[in-house]
Parts: sequence; C-alpha cells; structure tokens
Amino acid sequence: MTYMAQKIDIAVIGGGHAGTEAALAAARMGKKTVLFTMSLDSIAMMPCNPNIGGTSKGHLVREIDALGGEMGKNIDRTYIQSRMLNTAKGPAVHSLRAQADKLKYSSTMKRVLEKTPNLSIKQQEIVDIGIQDHQVVSVITNRGAVYECKAVILAGGTYIRSRCLTGESIEYTGPNGLKTANELSEALKKAGIELRRFKTGTPARIDARTVDFTKMEPQHGDELIVPFSFENREEDIRREQFPCYLTYTNIKTHQIIKDNLHRSPLYAGVIEGTGPRYCPSIEDKVVRFSDKERHQVFLEPEGENTAEMYVQGMSSSLPEEVQIDMLRSISGLENVDVMRIGYAIEYDCIDPKQLKHSLEFKTIEGFFSAGQMNGSSGYEEAAAQGLLAGINAALKVDGKENMIIDRSEGYIGVLIDDLVTKGTKEPYRMMTSRAEYRLLLRQDNADLRLTEKGYKAGLITKERYEKFLEKREAIDKELSRLKSVYVGTSEKVQKILEDKESTLLRSGIALCELLKRPELEYEDFREADKDRPELSKEIIDQVMIELRYEGYISRQLKQVEQFKKLERKLLPEDIDYDDVYSLRLEAKQKLKEIKPISIGQASRISGVSPADISVLLVYLEQKRRSNKNDK
Amino acid sequence: MLFDDTIAAISTPIGIGGIGIIRVSGKDTIKIVDKIFCGADKKSLLDKPSHTITYGHIISEEGNIIDEVLMMLMRAPKTYTKEDVIEINCHGGPMPLNAVLTELIKKGARIADSGEFTKRAFLNGRIDLAQVEAVMDIIESKTELSLKQAVGQLEGKLSRQIKEYQSILMKIIARIEVSIDYPEYDQDEPITEDFEEEIRELLDKLNSLLKTADTGKMMREGVRTAIVGRPNVGKSSLLNALLEENKAIVTDIPGTTRDVVEAYLNIEGIPFMLLDTAGIRETEDTVEKIGVQKSKTSIEEADLILMLIDSYEGIVEEDLEILEKVKDKRVFYILNKMDLGSNISQEKLNKNLSGKITLSISAKDQDGLNGLKQAMRNFVIKGNVTVGNEATLSNMRQKQSLIHAIESLDKVAEAIDLGLSEDCFAIDLHDAYGHLGSIIGEALKDEIINELFSRFCLGK
Repeated sequence: MTYMAQKIDIAVIGGGHAGTEAALAAARMGKKTVLFTMSLDSIAMMPCNPNIGGTSKGHLVREIDALGGEMGKNIDRTYIQSRMLNTAKGPAVHSLRAQADKLKYSSTMKRVLEKTPNLSIKQQEIVDIGIQDHQVVSVITNRGAVYECKAVILAGGTYIRSRCLTGESIEYTGPNGLKTANELSEALKKAGIELRRFKTGTPARIDARTVDFTKMEPQHGDELIVPFSFENREEDIRREQFPCYLTYTNIKTHQIIKDNLHRSPLYAGVIEGTGPRYCPSIEDKVVRFSDKERHQVFLEPEGENTAEMYVQGMSSSLPEEVQIDMLRSISGLENVDVMRIGYAIEYDCIDPKQLKHSLEFKTIEGFFSAGQMNGSSGYEEAAAQGLLAGINAALKVDGKENMIIDRSEGYIGVLIDDLVTKGTKEPYRMMTSRAEYRLLLRQDNADLRLTEKGYKAGLITKERYEKFLEKREAIDKELSRLKSVYVGTSEKVQKILEDKESTLLRSGIALCELLKRPELEYEDFREADKDRPELSKEIIDQVMIELRYEGYISRQLKQVEQFKKLERKLLPEDIDYDDVYSLRLEAKQKLKEIKPISIGQASRISGVSPADISVLLVYLEQKRRSNKNDK
Repeated sequence: MLFDDTIAAISTPIGIGGIGIIRVSGKDTIKIVDKIFCGADKKSLLDKPSHTITYGHIISEEGNIIDEVLMMLMRAPKTYTKEDVIEINCHGGPMPLNAVLTELIKKGARIADSGEFTKRAFLNGRIDLAQVEAVMDIIESKTELSLKQAVGQLEGKLSRQIKEYQSILMKIIARIEVSIDYPEYDQDEPITEDFEEEIRELLDKLNSLLKTADTGKMMREGVRTAIVGRPNVGKSSLLNALLEENKAIVTDIPGTTRDVVEAYLNIEGIPFMLLDTAGIRETEDTVEKIGVQKSKTSIEEADLILMLIDSYEGIVEEDLEILEKVKDKRVFYILNKMDLGSNISQEKLNKNLSGKITLSISAKDQDGLNGLKQAMRNFVIKGNVTVGNEATLSNMRQKQSLIHAIESLDKVAEAIDLGLSEDCFAIDLHDAYGHLGSIIGEALKDEIINELFSRFCLGK
C-alpha cells in the first residue's frame, strides 16, 4: 500500500557527503528539497579515514567552497589538525589536509542542514523510483510514502546491497554496521540502469590508551594554518591541534599476514567486487610488494573526545584474531586493544558512463546520480559530485541550462569528465596527475577560477562575490604595477641583491623581472618600492605565483585555448553515427555508447582515434553547410 | 579560424631531380618560413605583399645554405586553405627537401597529415561539398597506411630503442608523480636525486638517434637494392626495364657489365638505389674479377636483393652458389625470361626458393614489372627494411616527434638548472614521453597512473 506523502521539487537519496552537498545546494537555490537517509545519526559520517583533503582532494574541497558548497566550511569548524602538504614543491601541488573530529563533523553538518530553509531531512529508506515517459516523477519509501518530485538525486554511497567481510564472517550491512538498502538495486535495474559491484575497505580502530606513543614519531599540525573556506580567516578558526603518529609494520607482521592469506575473503575468492589499487589492504601490499621490509602505519585520532584512533595503512579483511595479531606485532602497538575491527565492503554502484556531465542519467530526465554510487571513492570526490548534481537538479527544475565545469576550470571538471567519458574499472580516486592543466588548477586560486560560477548559481552571497571581485582586481592591478615599476642600479637595490646572493644589476629592469628570481621575495623590496599598496598575503602570493610561473602558465593557457575550441564544437544530440561516412566500427560503437556532447569529449573516448575526429569534423561541417543550403 | 598550428609537407612525390615543393599553411606560416629564409633582396617575408615570388636561400641554424629556392607567398584568405600559405620551390632531391622541412619543424611547423591541406580547405570553407568524400577517403586511407607503418615499426630495433627510452622516462615521471600525489610515502629510491643526470644521459641518447635520422641513409640514398645473378640472366635488362631507359649496356655476351651501376628509382615516393652487379662467376679475366668482387660487396651492403634466375634455363650450379650467399638476406627471387617459358619444376622451386618472395617476370617484354615494383614498395612500407644496422628514423613524422621530445627534455634540464619545481617541468616530461610514444604510434595518459600503482605501494 502506498500513500501520497508530499509534493516536493527535489528528492535526495542518501545523507553522506554527496547527499548533503546536493541537498544544501538544491535548497539554497530555492528548491523544496527532502533528503532521505537510512539514519539521521549518520549524516555526513566519515566511515573510513578521519580526515578531509590531501593531494588533489584538498583542491576539490577548495573548489567546492568557491562554488558555495559546505565541506570546506564544515571541516574548518571541526578540524583538530591542519597541514599544508607538499610545501617543498611548487604551488600547483600544495595540498591542504585536515584531521577531523568525526562525530563533530557529522553533527555540525546535520545542524547546518536543519537550519537551511526549504530543506527537510527524513530517516526513510527509498525502495522505488517513479518514472513516467523517461521522466522521474516520485520516490517511494519502504513504508509506502510517495513523494512526488521533479528531480531525484541518487547518492546511496556504499549502502546499496552492501556486505562487510572480516575473514570468514560476512555481515549484510552498510559501513559501521548500519542498515543496508537492499531494494533500491532492483528499482534501478527496472529503470534500465546498469549496475556493477565495487569493493573497498577500512582498517581497525584502536584504543589510544593501549598505545605506546613513545615508540612512534609524532606528526604535528602547521603552526600557521590555511582555512579550507575562502570565507574564513586563519585567526578566526585557530584552535588547539592534536598530533598523529607514525610507526611501521615489520617482517613479523608480514609473516602473520602471509600465514593467514588463505583466510582473507579477497584471496579466498569470496569477494567479487573490484577494489581500488590505490587503496590496497595490508595483505594486498604484502603480497604485491613482497620485497618491502616495512610499510608505514599512521595513527590518527578520530576526534578530540574519543580514545578511538584510525590505523592508516592497515586496511584489512583478514579474520579478527589475525588482525589483532598483526597489529600487536607493530612497534608501539604490542598491547593494543582493538575497538572496531577492519573490514572489506562490497556494494552496488552504477556505470557512470550512463550519465551526462550534469550527472543526470542520459535516459531518464530529472534523475541524477552522485558520489560513491557513481564509482568514485573518497569523501571529497563524493561531495564535489553531490554539489554539482544538486546545482544541476535545481537548474533543471527551473528549466535553466546546466552548469558544467570543464577540465580546464577545475579538478571537479576532471573528475566528472573522466567518470562520464572514460568510466572507471575501480573506485575512482582523484589525483593531481589526472589533471592536464595542473599548473592552472591550484588550490590557492580555486576562488579565482570558480567563484563567478558559484555566484551565478546563487550559492555565493553578493557580499562574498564583491569581496572576490576586489581581490581579483587588486591582483591584476599589482601585476601591472610591478611591470611598470623600474628599479635602477641604485646602491639600495644592489645591497638587497647582495644580501640575497642574487646577481647584481648592470642596468635598470622592471621590478616584475627581478621578482622572478627564485631567491628574491616580494617583501625584500619593501623599502626600494615606495609606492606599493598595502596588500594581503593572499594577494601577494597570487601575484608572485603569476610572475614566477609565467612561462609555464602561459603555455598551459595556450593549451587550454586549443582545448576549449574543441569543447565548443558541439555534436548534435540526434547525430546518427551509422550515417557518418568512413568512421571506424569501434569508434561508432563507442560514440553511440557515450554520446559525447562535443568533439573535445569525443577525442577523449578510448577507441576514438584522431582520424575519427577528423572524419567527425568534416561531417559536422558538411551538415552545417547542407542545413544552410536548405534554408 | 579553427586551426592554431601551422602545417607543412612536401607536396611533390619524393624523387630525384627536378623541383620539389614544400607547402606550408597556417597562422604562423610567414613567421616560421621567414626564420629560415634569406631573400636575395634581404627583405623580410613579413613585409612582402601577397602573391609574390622571392628568390633566396634556406639557411640552417648553423648558418649554412641548405638550398636555393623560390618562395611563393600567398596571404589569407585568397589561398587554397584560406590560411596564409607559402610554397617553397626547392632544387630537388630528397636530401635538401627533407632538410628544409626539418628546419620548418624546428621553427614550429608540424608535418601535415595526408589530406590535411584539403581538410583545412574544406573546414575553412574553401572547397565545396562535392570534394568532401574524396577528403574523407584520404583521411581514411591515411589511417590504414599509418597503422601499417606503426605495426611494421613495432617489430624493429627502433621501436625497441624508443621503448627503452620511454621506460627510463616513465620511471622518472612515476617517481615525481608519486612524490607529488603521495607526499608522505616513504620511497625506497630517492625521488629527485640523480634524475637530473638521468635526463642528461637520455638527452644524449636521443640526440645521437636524431643524428642517425639526419644522415638517414634511406632518405638520402634510397633503399640499396642489389640486382644479382649469374652472367647474362638479364640483370641489366631488368634495371633498364625498371628505369625505362638504357642505363646499363645490354648485350647477350656474358660478362658485359663489369662494374656496379647505380641508378635511382622512385616507386610512389619511396627512393631505391639500384645496383646492377656484374654477374657472379669464377673468372680468370682480371677486370671481370674486380667486377665480381664488387658484386659480392654489393650483396653484403644491400638492404634488399633482387636475385635473378633464368626460368628457361632453370636453376643451375652457378645459381646455387649465389643462392647460398643471399639466402640469409632480404631477398626477392625473380624468375626472368618468362616469355621463353619456364623449365623450373615446382619441386625445385620449393626446394631452393622457399620462404622468400618469388616473382615471375619478363624484363624484355616488360611483363610483371608493376608487380615487382609493388612488392618492393610494400616491403619498405611494412618496415622490413632497416638501412644499415642502427635504429634509423626513416620517416619525417618520426623525426619530428623526436625533435619535439628533445626540445621538451631540454626544457626540463633548463628548469632544473633554474631551480624550478617538479610540477612545472613535469609538464615537459609528460610531453617528452608523449612525443616518444608517437614515434612508435603509442598513446599514453593512463599509463602513468598504472605505473604509479604497479611500482609503488600506495594507499591507506
């Protein structure tokens, strides 16, 4: 029996990192939104590592923030340690990472949802999706409530028909023993959606009281932290930080693992799902890298007010007693008490090639999908997709054009384009090496790249937008000023150069040229450059990066220009590839499957060759001219 | 305008003698050509009006004159491609043509794909619909040809060498990428130490490979093709028939050709240097003896051997001796004098001539010559011929990719010197890897990520 519960605009299925961002964006854009979750106590829960950010993931969070998402603000509210990684390397790969107080992260996010107008959150399991004429019309709960809606965002995470494995023990639950959604898969299959099975895992959590930290190397947070959100200032979110600890596995640990491999569900063949290579279990590492004598193990606090610690590097699905044995073989963990055991989890997800760049299913209007459900992995990847799905669902309901971020605009663009164009054979993790314009997509300039878009979508306040415009103008102004300021061979200048062991000047030179020298800093010329305005560190950093990396940046900008040209060559939706003369068979099949929106996207499909692209270009031009002739 | 880059190609068939034309089209055409051209009037091409002809010289980077040329300058839009176009009339021979083309590439032009000028003409709105399908055909046939070439090259020494260089580069890239994406990962091997030196070593290797391309024997001299056989089996007749002129003296007195005759033959753009050898036989005649000795040397040095057998007289003792000498070489067996009929049994054929390409012709009646030419051409295109023993870049496109790979690595070395960070020169490392890949026709991208996960133990 069903009953009509409510008429809404947008239904979000799932309350994880994708679901919360999606729901917030939709509601903030004025859409009447309901978020359905299996448990209201697990909103924005972090079932695995207790941190946000890291290489490329930190970039994603900064981009989410620039677009008006919540993740950056929420980690700023709840971090217990913050570090900028890769500072010894170039600015493009500086990466922000923060340890979170897990419980606080979750409860704070729940509070944000509760305070958001147009949004209600409900503990309800969605078991079916109403679809009429290829258009989504409703979602139906397990108790028969029907919510009529104009768009649905699927953000089921790892909860869809999931099971957790620890040795021979199998539990049919989601992460952390939470309820799994067993019926949704059937509903999706009925809607013609192709499902697949992926696998991931998590290590044990241990009791900090039973750890001998004196045998480990502490790792502290940065003294001067950088907030994730562009809205926050360092001094406003400064707080006490807690260390992580580094220790190592040893030969004894590896022997315990080898002796018990046959009991691992992965090696015993019990697991059918595809696991990620970048997130291998410790048994995987020991087998694949057998000559390595030790592996790193990081102990990370799960929060400020808990003894639980996450054991990074020891993800495992070996039996409980084996896991305990191997943990106790590690220096500093000899007497460790395990609070939660590690496990592998298998779950249903979709093949993301079924989606458009807006994250809407190609075959079902108004039906969007985001997060781990799409074959990605990681909180940040999920949140980024959730935000975009939320924005695009809201735009769809309003009958407005999609918001797409392309590969040259952000890691979010790379992430989504990779998923929908190439698909993925394993849970997809963001990496900086996946971005071809890495030097342009820095964490420090995410606001410059994306605030405009966030403002346009209505997720950035006017106040913030104006502040952003001022910043942008200040950067431009200072750059052109530095180009016009000439420094002569005055004693003062030569003295500065001498102090910095820099080559002395023989004749006058623009200050901007001098600042390109790696040994010199902006501050060094405070005295010599009298007319300089008072600028914030953020602005000076931008100016200096622009100057120092000018050559590389302009080269990448040129590549982007070429890239954009091909992205703008749109392929008509009704194109009949069978009709395209001299396209190779493989290319035809792939093009029909992916239905690329542009020549640019088509060129990234594996199996489509440059010659096929030439053929398509000629075909398009032919079509264009014959259309013109018809008129 | 749709296209950002400037393309160039030799637009006349590669051959010997006469004038060869290189066509250049694209937005930087005039700028690029001007860099290598010195007009007799000392004026820059940039200042020349459209549709003019200028006499002058092409000058190499080192300042040497490469060729004497006529430069036809045509400014957009009234050109074949609706882009700026220059046609360089060179004074012939594959050597100067290729040298000029190489200079153009060094200055920023790119080798045009087959049919690309026509494709641009169409996409820029110059030619009409009726011509489109022809363009499509060109593009398609290009795919097939380049595919074949790529496959052929894959077997060769060149591809082995390129792959080795790629793997050196990949290891460097992987080390850098892993240090970027996994900053906390403790590597067993140091990340940044040494690789500066590794890059310089690699640069040396690539530069010497480029040198072999510059002296690439095949493009300069053609494929050395020795015509061998016992006296009076019709070697000179075949040579003449192939050349359609009386280059060698043809008589029916055995031993007439006492020297190795060299002549050039161009089969659909592929140059062959034909060596007509003296008939090989035991002789007391001193002069003939020298000729025979030369023939033997020719066999040793040839890239391809055409061994003639008199099908009327059959395989005789003298033939068997020669067969013994050539059997391990790249050889075609040519059964000549088909006009007189064949007296070689299938059994004898199988016994003596198996495993090689065997063709029947009549040099006198010019019968079967087209089949022979096709076989020679295919033999080269399929990559069966490597000239000399070194890995050689015979193809202009490959050379272009190699030049770009070297340029990219030069930038890496320079960036390291300047103390720039990994994320900067990683761009050039990736580029270099891609350029090497395109020499042997392989794409990259996901490879790097695969390499990371197979070489390093990463994860939570």
